[in-house]
Amino acid sequence: MRELIKRYVFQVQANDFDNAGAASSTIKRNLKTIAINPSIVRKVAVASYEAEINIIIHSNGGEMVLEIYEDMISIKANDKGPGIQDVDLAMSEGFSTASNAARELGFGAGMGLPNIKKYSDNFKITSNEKGTRLTIDIMIE
Amino acid sequence: MKVHEIRELLNAKLYVGEGLLDKEIIGAYASDLMSDVLASNYLDEKAVLVSGLNNVQLIRTAEMLDLSVIVLVRGKTPHPEVVEMARENGIALMTTTLNMYNSCGILYAQGVKGFSNERAD
Ligand SMILES: Nc1ncnc2c1ncn2[C@@H]1O[C@H](COP(=O)(O)OP(=O)(O)OP(=O)(O)O)[C@@H](O)[C@H]1O
Ligand SMILES: [Mg+2]
Repeated sequence: MRELIKRYVFQVQANDFDNAGAASSTIKRNLKTIAINPSIVRKVAVASYEAEINIIIHSNGGEMVLEIYEDMISIKANDKGPGIQDVDLAMSEGFSTASNAARELGFGAGMGLPNIKKYSDNFKITSNEKGTRLTIDIMIE
Repeated sequence: MKVHEIRELLNAKLYVGEGLLDKEIIGAYASDLMSDVLASNYLDEKAVLVSGLNNVQLIRTAEMLDLSVIVLVRGKTPHPEVVEMARENGIALMTTTLNMYNSCGILYAQGVKGFSNERAD
């Protein structure tokens, strides 16, 4: 078993456009205080930001968890539904059901989930009407 | 190319980031869609981001990618909270009346190539 060094939990509200990205900003600042290669921090920040925005624009709200292990950073993004109907479709580049409000924020390219997968060393997604759960693991070299 | 040369070429107004004017830029990325920007593997602090998106998500995106220079196109006046967030994150923010296509064309013609999934240099 990996030893958990630190764990932080951030609440993310649905449609809270004003604070969109605040959790990921804090996550990034936390990681900058420990000696991790900036390119690793950037990967975590981008993946976390995409996941956070998805909770805000597509879900009923949820939470983001940052776990720091000796050799790995893990982000968990868990929301309270309504879930993704077709996960394979949602994972394909360019698929988006983003609302106009989300598009005005600069989102809706349908690239968020593919980006998260690309930046992760280990990526898991499960979804049903009770919620969507993402696990994003990024190794610290 | 230095940041101050970008400002001169685009006849841009700098809102924040005086201290970055001598910084060297080696490439650019242009989009109004933040996930398109976030998809580019090799964006880093040596890139300029050209966008028409006038809200805090533009700065958040730059923050996540460690970008330090943003050009806002089509003569938009940045909202005060956008300027403030740029300042907090040490990001230079300038605006030009040129549109996206012309802004990029001018920078490209002067040797600032695009970042995609390969490095520009
Ligand atoms: N947490 C979620 N809850 C419900 N649906 C989701 C969630 N995350 C993603 N989706 C669905 O999957 C689609 C694709 O998500 P993805 O993040 O790839 O693109 P997007 O958010 O629409 O646009 P982008 O991320 O490029 O700005 C979304 O449009 C939405 O239909
Ligand atoms: Mg998304």
